Amino acid sequence: MRALRRGIFTTGVAALCAWTLIPIYLVALSAIGGESVVNAWPKPFWPTQLSLATLGTFMNLSGVWPATWQSAQVALLCMLLSIVLGLPAGYALARFAFAGSNLYRLLILLTRAFPVGILALPLTVTFIRIGLYDTALGVALVHTALALPFAILVSSSLFIGIPREIEEAAWVFGCSRLSAFFRVVLPLATPGIAAIAIFAFVISWNEVFAAAVLTVRHRTLTAFLLSVLSESPLHVQFAGGLLLVVPSVLFIFLVRRYLFAIWGITNR
Amino acid sequence: MRRARLLPYLLVAPSMAFLAALFLFPLVQTISLAFHADGRWSLGKFATMADDLDFGDAVGNTFKLVMIVVPAQLILALAMALMLPHLRRGRDLVLWVWSIPLGVSDLAAGLVWLAILTDRGYLNTILFKLGIIAAPTAWLTYETPFALFAAIIVAEMWRATAIVFLILVAGVQLVPKEFAEAAEIFGASPWQRLTRVTLPLLKPSIQTALILRTVLAFEMFAMVITLGGRNFPVLVSEAFNWQDTNQDYGVAAAYATLVMAVSLAATAFYLIVMRVRPEDRS
Repeated sequence: MRALRRGIFTTGVAALCAWTLIPIYLVALSAIGGESVVNAWPKPFWPTQLSLATLGTFMNLSGVWPATWQSAQVALLCMLLSIVLGLPAGYALARFAFAGSNLYRLLILLTRAFPVGILALPLTVTFIRIGLYDTALGVALVHTALALPFAILVSSSLFIGIPREIEEAAWVFGCSRLSAFFRVVLPLATPGIAAIAIFAFVISWNEVFAAAVLTVRHRTLTAFLLSVLSESPLHVQFAGGLLLVVPSVLFIFLVRRYLFAIWGITNR
Repeated sequence: MRRARLLPYLLVAPSMAFLAALFLFPLVQTISLAFHADGRWSLGKFATMADDLDFGDAVGNTFKLVMIVVPAQLILALAMALMLPHLRRGRDLVLWVWSIPLGVSDLAAGLVWLAILTDRGYLNTILFKLGIIAAPTAWLTYETPFALFAAIIVAEMWRATAIVFLILVAGVQLVPKEFAEAAEIFGASPWQRLTRVTLPLLKPSIQTALILRTVLAFEMFAMVITLGGRNFPVLVSEAFNWQDTNQDYGVAAAYATLVMAVSLAATAFYLIVMRVRPEDRS
């Protein structure tokens, strides 16, 4: 009886793992196999015709690579902005009790109840006027509005976890507030900050709506794929899909220890 | 001393200014765009929105999706979160694998499932080998609305259960083991332990997960376009069409305002129905 229950349990876990992984395997198969696999019927479930030629077409897909590069630029900018703006605010929330801190927290939580990406709609006009339309920076700004609340909340919990006493000891030994932060606090917080940065990158990399609305010629990968959905051949679309999925999977692996800091925090 | 008191404000100011410029300002702008027509305050854009042929479908589809997907995801994620602690080996690996879809956008998820569900896709290959169909069959057209709807539900289950799962796992870790053990000593069945002990203690996490997931579900659009083209309009895909194809920013803003109102209403609903006392949050 016990063994049977254990068997059912293990099967369930394995089935759920398969349910997550098999779709990714299949899109990879379709993307790397190129046209011949996409048109094959019935489809092989193994990479039968994998050759340098199909890989070559994958590397030469028109439009996909410039868009990937654009996406990378936007995501890096978003990452940078989230860290530069988010860390000081997180530090302030963690170390100071100041009037208005609750109101500030509320504003940050409020962004959660709104579909922030959609707010890119009116920004189109503003961005055209100030020359940010169709630029990497413009898209990155909107993506930062999405990632910043996370950066602030997570970095604040990160700094709370670093004992104040360590910092105070540094002051006693003659460090200024700033140098104590850079020499003592920052090294301890580095892994967590890396996780925040990666998370900001993924948020930006995956965002579709704002990127599609704010670009025309310099499309990000998501915006490019959305705009060519109806006209481009399926193997191009699958290749794009694979390019979207792969970095995200790697990043989730890198930040797996921090996933709870990022999502568990919403309970507080 | 004076400087020390100013310091937190200096640290917070840049992010505050940023959120004001890129969150509050476009928020006000969106609402104002939606309520203006021909330079005056009016409900004209909302009237145009409601008169549009696809409006009824968009509203119906969005709500149908949210009402099926969100509860189903909660149940699946709960099962996964409760299974995880019982794993003897490989817990970290399983946790990672189950979290992978967290990093997948709705556009990418749509493309992934398109590879499976398209005419010459993997699902049809299996159906063909089982002798159920004789030739490539289309499932994602306006002639097969039910199959299309089911495909979108499956793809959304695949993609977005992970976020609910992670929030619940974080919650499960906060529930003291002693509670369930005590209940077991007093003769509670596994089902009673779940419904009387674990679930009430998980309420804050469940509430958070529901709020986050529902708001995100109302925002879904790229997957729907990927799988169904324009055969399955939802609120945000309509907003996108009005902005991108029809170039009428006012109607697009009206849709955006509607989505925001619905998201806020859903948040308020969860906060009221599942009231959590502040001391239960930890």
